[in-house]
Amino acid sequence: MNTLTIPELSLVLLVGPSGSGKSTFARAHFGSTECVSSDFCRGLVSDDENDQAATPDAFEVLNLIVAKRLAAGRLTVVDATNLRPEDRKRLIALAREYHVLTVAIVFDLPERVCQERNRERPDRNFGPHVIRNQIQTLRRYQRGMDREGIRQIFTLGSPEEVAEVQIQRQRLWTNRRDESGPFDIIGDVHGCYEELCLLLERLGYSLEETPEGPCASHPEGRKVIFLGDIVDRGPRIMDALKLVMNMVAAGRAFMVPGNHEAKLLKKLQGRQVTLTHGLADTVAQLEQADPAFLEAVRKFIDGLIGHFVLDGGKLVVAHAGMKAEMQGRASGAARIFALYGESTGETDEYGLPVRYDWAADYRGKAMVVYGHTPVPEPEWLNNTLCLDTGCVFGGKLTALRYPEKELVSVPARKVYFEPIRPLQATEDPSLSAQQAYDNLLDLEDVLGKRLVHTRLVPKLTVREENARAALEVMSRFALSPKWLIYLPPTMSPTETSERSGYLEHPAEAFAYFRKYGVKQVVCEEKHMGSRAVVVLCRSEEVAQRRFGIQGDGPGACYTRTGRRFFTDRDMEAAFFGRLQAACESTGFWDRFQTDWVCLDCELMPWSAKAQELLKRQYAPVATAAQADLQAGLDLLLQAQGRGLDLSREVEGIQGRLAMARAFQAAYRQYCWPVSSLDDFRLAPFHLLATEGAVHTDQNHLWHMEMLTQLCSGDPKLMFTTAHRTVNLEDETEVEAGIQWWEALTGKGGEGMVVKPLDFISHGPRGLNQPAVKVRGREYLRIIYGPDYTATEHLERLRSRGLSTKRSMALREFALGIEALERFVRREPLRKVHECVFGVLAMESEPVDPRL
Amino acid sequence: MLLSLTTTHQPATDLGFLLHKNPDRVQSFELSFGRALVFYPEATAERCTVALQVEVDPVALVRDRRGPGGAEGLLDQYVNDRPYTASSFLSVAMGQVFRSALSGLCKDRPGLVGDPIPLRACLPVLPCRGGESFLRPLFEPLGYRVEVTRLPLDERFPEWGESPYYSVALEQLIPLKDLLAHLYVLIPVLDDDKHYWVGQDEIEKLLRRGEGWLAQHPEREQITHRYLKRQRSLTRDALERLCFEDGEDPDQVQNAQEATEARLEASLSLNERRIQTVAELIVQSGAKRVVDLGCGEGRLLQALMKAGSFDELLGIDVSCRALGIAHKRLHLDELPHKWQGKVQVAQGALTYRDDRVKGVDAAAVVEVIEHMEADRLEAFEQALFGCARPRMVVLTTPNAEYNVRFLNLVPGRLRHDDHRFEWSRAEFRAWAQGVAERNEYEVEFSPIGAEDPEVGAPTQLAIFSRS
Repeated sequence: MNTLTIPELSLVLLVGPSGSGKSTFARAHFGSTECVSSDFCRGLVSDDENDQAATPDAFEVLNLIVAKRLAAGRLTVVDATNLRPEDRKRLIALAREYHVLTVAIVFDLPERVCQERNRERPDRNFGPHVIRNQIQTLRRYQRGMDREGIRQIFTLGSPEEVAEVQIQRQRLWTNRRDESGPFDIIGDVHGCYEELCLLLERLGYSLEETPEGPCASHPEGRKVIFLGDIVDRGPRIMDALKLVMNMVAAGRAFMVPGNHEAKLLKKLQGRQVTLTHGLADTVAQLEQADPAFLEAVRKFIDGLIGHFVLDGGKLVVAHAGMKAEMQGRASGAARIFALYGESTGETDEYGLPVRYDWAADYRGKAMVVYGHTPVPEPEWLNNTLCLDTGCVFGGKLTALRYPEKELVSVPARKVYFEPIRPLQATEDPSLSAQQAYDNLLDLEDVLGKRLVHTRLVPKLTVREENARAALEVMSRFALSPKWLIYLPPTMSPTETSERSGYLEHPAEAFAYFRKYGVKQVVCEEKHMGSRAVVVLCRSEEVAQRRFGIQGDGPGACYTRTGRRFFTDRDMEAAFFGRLQAACESTGFWDRFQTDWVCLDCELMPWSAKAQELLKRQYAPVATAAQADLQAGLDLLLQAQGRGLDLSREVEGIQGRLAMARAFQAAYRQYCWPVSSLDDFRLAPFHLLATEGAVHTDQNHLWHMEMLTQLCSGDPKLMFTTAHRTVNLEDETEVEAGIQWWEALTGKGGEGMVVKPLDFISHGPRGLNQPAVKVRGREYLRIIYGPDYTATEHLERLRSRGLSTKRSMALREFALGIEALERFVRREPLRKVHECVFGVLAMESEPVDPRL
Repeated sequence: MLLSLTTTHQPATDLGFLLHKNPDRVQSFELSFGRALVFYPEATAERCTVALQVEVDPVALVRDRRGPGGAEGLLDQYVNDRPYTASSFLSVAMGQVFRSALSGLCKDRPGLVGDPIPLRACLPVLPCRGGESFLRPLFEPLGYRVEVTRLPLDERFPEWGESPYYSVALEQLIPLKDLLAHLYVLIPVLDDDKHYWVGQDEIEKLLRRGEGWLAQHPEREQITHRYLKRQRSLTRDALERLCFEDGEDPDQVQNAQEATEARLEASLSLNERRIQTVAELIVQSGAKRVVDLGCGEGRLLQALMKAGSFDELLGIDVSCRALGIAHKRLHLDELPHKWQGKVQVAQGALTYRDDRVKGVDAAAVVEVIEHMEADRLEAFEQALFGCARPRMVVLTTPNAEYNVRFLNLVPGRLRHDDHRFEWSRAEFRAWAQGVAERNEYEVEFSPIGAEDPEVGAPTQLAIFSRS
């Protein structure tokens, strides 16, 4: 048995002349899609696998396939002769580009074997000299192969040897996905042993003395991850090293190396290094140690892995950070990045290299925790966190509890080492790093076809043309994206009623939910105003701290397309003032342990926001209809007076005139002039989110109860939405629900919204509609026109399709909730914006606007 | 919608012969969009009134998509004024129901056809774009006494103002066929819309119904222009043929038209000057990669293509509609060899980071920032000056101080409905200098357009550059 061990992610070059059995070997040991053969690519571009003229094109295709596979992190086998260094060079360069190791398997078989095999193949019609030349070429360049950048070269010298081969794939050293923690990740220690011990104790570890020196363990089996730079600068480097080494040896800790360990290793290996940046301290302290320990240190550091991918790929740790494309890869470049990060090539005013801010561009899925660059406070940026809080410079030693995402730190006892560059705060101290970064979103994060993963609907597609429309609305009219943590979903009407004179009726809404397994629903009065989302902070300072908004008041009140609701900023300020006072007086902030809230509301009157629509469309139609029909009626009556038979016409126009008046009456009730805030009425109906919670786990009665309390804080401005529950299995309750709707709409109300009792409701076919609306008969005149109730019109209007609207409602609901959840989890703004943008994009989908 | 015609010609019931409609009968006609009813509310020897009542099917209007835009472009709305107001629907109904009368055919009273008789036409709801001051000059030159009453928008809310509708009565001694022809043409002109597609054959209709009066009408250009739904090429064709029939020189008419336009559109030349100035600055700078942010319909890009040669011209705008027009204007699908692969337009928004703009030599931002909310300027600044960092940025915006010099601008109003702000020279300078300082640029200012000693030039320009 001849076992070849290769890394699980590698580029495998098969090297050998025609007839040496490469393809057979590849088929035997690798998956069919893992192998890319030059013959196959020749066939792809020329329909002839042996057409040598097609070789350049074939290799272009082959290289492209290899590049795509390596970028995706897939082991790839190149089945080509790969005889000359120049043949291999491009492939090795590709492997390097994608941080993948190259392995070569050389088929150095006797010429006789190759010639024989070729003769057996009818499609190979070249002469024996070709094989002979190839074998010569192989051998000529074989010797220098180990200098070409190939990690491992396996040479197989006989068919027997080939037959015995077994390939074993070895996990990459960086791959520790099986380790899922929980972890305590500790930043740069730099010999601050006392602080390290204190920190470990605070994290719940118990320290113990062993014959090998200090060690620590956690009663719950938590493990420590040290982010490197244990050595240099600080007072007790030896002790710190011993503790770390003992914990690693005991399987209670992982460690990734820092640049200081790398330099120390060179020193221990006897190489020439300058004793700067605190290395002198280490060397001085190590001088007292016995040589055996020094050897142990050398071995320990030499064996350290540059970075780790842990917890199923969810967590990456490295000393100086790790770009997404290098995570889990094993290349020199990845190791160097892990140790030093990347420099922009410039130096700052202290002569230190300016570091490339990789975290600002980070888009990876994994959380990256790193150290290396001292910061005053650890700050999340794009799901990355730097834990080096400069303990040795008099800062503190910090740990991150994972997966809890809690920070624990111990202040430095003193300044052990004067930093060259002072520990600096972020550029704009009032904004967090993430907020400062979020001042600007990237077009790439919104344009084009997008796939959004939400909790409620796993894969949600936003079409490109919809994204284009949304970009226009968003960038021309919407508020700062930082305020837009939610946009409300559209709502579908109930199924069309067949009841005479009605287009919509509650019976269908109740039947619909019953069909989808809902036992109890809430009916809420539908207000005819404008949908408004209110984001309110306890103070402007909170707006800055939590939302990263400066100088734009303590909140935002915006429409369903993200537009500022109030054009009068003084009135807006007064509005927020009243809401804040209501939150204070009702104890809302304390009750929810929050200093901000997001509410879904209806803001009345309709005319405040719909003024243009009223003036341009509704009022003119009412006026024109009445003037025209009245004039027509007068003439008809006059003609009837002459004895003409016009009774049908007179009756018809009288009916239409009555409907025109009803139409006017319908819109008029939702209009009243607004001159001050006192003319506005706010009806909150969802308490969407507060700090740390999106309240979708509470049912609608809870929401109503909480909001009733809030409304009691300012009953002039706010009021509770009238509502009642209906048990769908109880016919009398259903009938009472219908009567309730009849009473509401009889008084001129818009209608009602029927919701499953639970905020998020699942039925036999998945997620249920969060709500359907049942609009009143009179109200619908302003949707379907003054005479829609005439039998001949109603019949035709009944055919309307709801499926697109319903599917949109579900997707927008999922996106809105997702946006809130991401905001509450403090994800980067682009992750929140992606969802909100998606809602806006969906809204540009052409759907019957009357639904 | 409703039209009534009354005559006091003796015997008044001759109206029935002229219209081919018996005063003692009620007649109904099916139309493609609804139904017409003709009846006589009064029919005595002294006085006779005919009513043409047209019903438009409001559901079909939307469902069959043969609906008109309506005065405000309410393309697919059930809540629509079309069933109630005099519009091209009424003209079409007249053309069908009163065809013979319109054509001057009358077998029973052939002698009456050309005779002027006392006639009064009533339109209870006539939409009139341009108001009474447009309506009177349409009918009065034709000899009508015009009675006009404007309808209120909603009595309950007088603060909403008045409606776009008028109740109109027209009176004069005139042959019936002439009055019908006037109404046939002028109703859609007043409404300024058509419920059907307007093409070449619409010119024939206009000339036929306008025969004998349109060529001499002082408002013939407006009438033609509006009747043909403001399609310039059609208007020019029609005017040419009108003038030819009238023995006038069409070029003279055209010239007169252009002069009016130049007078009206002093701002157009301002826009051209802006574009020329910016294009020259960019050419002079020697920039090779240029981006026009907020390129709109591509006028600056067009000027740049005329003025110089570049390695890359990129126009970015948020409006896909504008980009479509730019695409056509610049002939991007059939670029000459020199420009192939070098000119592009793409959608983008100025408040987002955009890598396509990164590292260009020059960026133009012409009349764009005033369309952004002031609180979004920070993001714009960061995206352009912080991230993209072109070597040069040429930026223009209105000078608010100059607004007092625009006679037709209401004091305190902005020049454009979508402008979110307009800055004085001091405000613009303060902002631009701040931008320059924060982002390590130099900035210079320069006026565009005739400079007024007191309030400056209409447009202000800033040139940002960095070494």
